[in-house]
Order: sequence, then structure tokens, then C-alpha cells
Amino acid sequence: MNFRTLDELSALCESRGLSIGKLMVEEQSAESGRDAGLEFRTMADYFRIMKEAVQRGLTEDTTSRSGLTGRDAQRVMEFGRGGELSLGEHAGNAMAYALAVSEINASMGRIIATPTAGSCGIIPGVFVSSQERFGWSDEHMVYGLFAAGAIGYVIANNSFVSGAEGGCQAEVGSAIGMAAGALVELRGGTPKQAMHAVGLALKNTLGLICDPVGGLVEIPCIVRNGFGSVTALAAADMALAGVRSVIPSDEVIQVMLEVGSAMPEKHRETAGGGLAQTPTGKAIMSQLRKKK
Amino acid sequence: MRFKDVFSIIGPAMIGPSSSHTAGAARIGRFARQLFGAAPEEADITFYGSFAATYEGHGTDIAIVGGLLDWQTDDPRIPNSLQIAVEQGIAVAFREGRGAFSHPNTAKLLLRSQSEGQARELAVTGTSIGGGNIEITAIDGFSVKLTGIYPTLVIRHKDWTGVVASVTDVMRRSRTNIAFMSVDRKGRSGDALTVLELDSPITEALIAEIGQIESVSTVHIVNLQEAAADEDGISTNTQEEQP
Repeated sequence: MNFRTLDELSALCESRGLSIGKLMVEEQSAESGRDAGLEFRTMADYFRIMKEAVQRGLTEDTTSRSGLTGRDAQRVMEFGRGGELSLGEHAGNAMAYALAVSEINASMGRIIATPTAGSCGIIPGVFVSSQERFGWSDEHMVYGLFAAGAIGYVIANNSFVSGAEGGCQAEVGSAIGMAAGALVELRGGTPKQAMHAVGLALKNTLGLICDPVGGLVEIPCIVRNGFGSVTALAAADMALAGVRSVIPSDEVIQVMLEVGSAMPEKHRETAGGGLAQTPTGKAIMSQLRKKK
Repeated sequence: MRFKDVFSIIGPAMIGPSSSHTAGAARIGRFARQLFGAAPEEADITFYGSFAATYEGHGTDIAIVGGLLDWQTDDPRIPNSLQIAVEQGIAVAFREGRGAFSHPNTAKLLLRSQSEGQARELAVTGTSIGGGNIEITAIDGFSVKLTGIYPTLVIRHKDWTGVVASVTDVMRRSRTNIAFMSVDRKGRSGDALTVLELDSPITEALIAEIGQIESVSTVHIVNLQEAAADEDGISTNTQEEQP
């Protein structure tokens, strides 16, 4: 890849006159040595799997292996049908779809890690709901996924994307940044605006710990995906409106690295602290042990 | 760069619930299986750090055994892997390890087999670095650093002058580009391990040719990008040469 920072990525897009997504298809093909069309088809397959996971999460029984979670996406959709969502229809759909995919993940269904399974709902939530709303083609969406991947590539290589290394900010936070930046591009914003969206989004999740109850990717992971999709819409709107991330996005990524590196082990996916060690969290954990 | 391409960020397609604890674990298991060259009769699996703390909840045990069966990360059989391993005659034991590992998600696999009248053993240590991506850090006590995203040649040989040059000469003649390469040895003129991560797959004939090089004892190819060779998961892309 010919870029290491978001700054270099947007400069490269400008100098080559390409969108982030189109640039990333070329960069990927150069890196893998495979035909660009083949790389595009792989990503198109992934988008189909994302849409399938949304559909399944909205219609099937998504009770998790532990029995702790399931059908929350369907609850939100049902509430929305009565016109009750404060968020409104479109953001409500993004939230419900993100919950749906995360619930499919928790019930051992098939998903695409974006960038991780713990954060697999956010990008499908934003992408599938926005495609329905704006009537975009699948091709447009697949380029959007390449744009999200380019942003994630920079975050992952300059910081981290696993909760065990950097807390939830590294998983859910990264996914929100990727979704926000990609949505700016999908809606016609410039690469520079997309990078501002990434920084704006990441700032909102700095410090978020990874504290899964019982060590399961269920509580609070699933609802954080729902919230994350809404935050991504908000960050994209701010960037499209001209709001800038005054602290450059590459510097925000460095802060994520600093905060994650300083995070105690008990807050990095070990279930040793946070929500996992509350009285209720501990009670759930001991019930799970007894069930076995 | 720890993460090499767009599909290490968007992807893999996988069975939930955790990319580092499930998909990454499956890929570590599959790497060990392909390097072993066949289904082991016994697999001792030790989890460290976050793996040890949460492996049952995340299904890390189920996923790593799915990998030992040579399955990909999105194989729908993964939820039933423990049962299928028993049916295939693989005895699996899990342990929680203590001690300081540099990465919180680490697994160590010890595979054994007595078949064909020959006792074989393989130790592989791998870490799951996020998003389903892995790093294999040790093979039979040799330090390595590889990702499994390229076709990977693992060559055991003696630490003699010219062995590496002979291997790379085979690559040059076949126009196979080496993306990354590492060499480790147990001592001067002692046992050595060379690992080549390749930009393209390599033919059986070339693997056999490397096996003929003086002092090379075994050559194995691992390719996690391809589906297993057949339904039983018996990998056919391995070649052993006794000196």
C-alpha cells in the first residue's frame, strides 16, 4: 500500500483523481497481484453476506448460545413500525440493522468481521440502511466498503483493532470511524471531508473499555453496535456539513494507541473488570458456569 | 505493517462470535493442521491471556478444533467441531496456561500422531492480533513471524552454508516471488528452520525439488486461502522427504 496515514491517503486520492474506494481497489490489486475485478468480486460477496445477516437478524430467532441476548433488532423494528422512534425512520433502521447483524454473530451465524466480529454490525447497519434510503447500486456500496477498508487499514496499522489490545475503542470505535468516513464518500463528499469524519467519530469513543459480561460478545457488545451505527451517521453528517476535526484524524488515532496501551488488562477483553465484574455481571457469569 | 491488505480489515467471512477468539483461533488451528500434514491423533491445546480467561464463552475451543479439521473460518460445521473431531479419532485436551506471553491472545498447540509406524510431534504457537488476523510465532521451538495470508513454505534443514541460496534458487528459476522470509537455528551448524511466504502458490514438483536439496529434511506448504482438498479434510498439499 502506498499510504500509511489518513493524510497520505487523502493526498494520494487527490493527486490521482480517484475516490478512496477506487484508489483502494487499485492498491489492493497491486498488493495481492490479483486482478482488480477479482478483488472487487470478493468484496461484492462480502456485501451479499452482510445483507443476508441483516435479513436473518430481522426475521430469525437470534437467541444467543448463552440465552442472554436475542431479538433486540426485531423489538426496535416493531417499535419503529408504530412511528415511535425518536431517531426517526432512517437512523432507526441503521440501529436495528446493526443490532441484527451483531445478534447473528452472537448466535454463531455467518458475518463479515468489520474490522472485528465484536464490531460487525456497524458497517452493515450504516451501509444497508443507507442503500435502501438513497437507492444506491451494489457497485456503489462495494466501492464504499473498499473506502472503509482503506480507513481501517490505517487505523489498524497505526493503533489496533482488537479489544484485547486496545479496548472497545479499538473495535467499535474503529468501525464507527470507518463507517463514517465511507458514508461521507458514498454521499459525494471529498476524501478530506471523509478523513474529518473519521477523526470526529474516533474522538467520541476514545477510552471505551472492553468489558464483556461472562467474556461473551453479547453484553454490552450488541447494543454498542446499535449505538455505533447512529454515531457514524452523525459524524458523517457533521463532516458533510463542513465540521472539521481540529485535532487531525491521524493524531486522534495516536491518542487511541496511547489510551489503549495504558488500559489495564482487566478492561481489555478479559471479563476481569467493568460491566463483567458488576454484581449482576458476576451473577450471570456464575450462572453460565453452573449451566455447563 | 501488521495488517497487509483490505481483506484483513473487511473480512474474513466467519462464523461468530469473535474475530480474534473464534476466526483467529480457527486459522491458528488450521495452520498447525496443514503444517502437520494430516489429522493428528492427539492435540494438546494451551490457551494464554484473554484466550485462557474467555475461551469457552467465545467458542475459542470449538473454533481452534474446526481449524484442526482443516476448515475455513466461515465453515458452517464449526459449532459442531468438538463432536466431529471425536468421530474422526482426534483426542483434544485444553489447558489454561500461565506465564507472560507478549500478546494477550496466544495459543500453543502440541499435535501428535503414531500412524504409519512413526511417532510424530509438532509444536506451534500462534497469536490472534485482531479481526481474524494471526501471527505464528514459534514452530517446534524455532522463532518465526508469519501471518498465514500467503502460501507459506516451512523448510527444516541443517544450518549449512548455501542451503538458503539453493532454496531461493528454486524460487528464482520458477519465477516465484518471496514476499517475506525468516531463518532461525538452534545452534551453529545445527538444526534450522527457514520459512518463505510466497506471492503465488507453488507446485508439488517444486516442493519435491526443494526436498532434494542436501541437508533439507522436510518441506511443508501451508495455504490458508484455499478450501480443504476434500471433504474429509485430508490435506494433500504436503510433501515430506527423508534425507
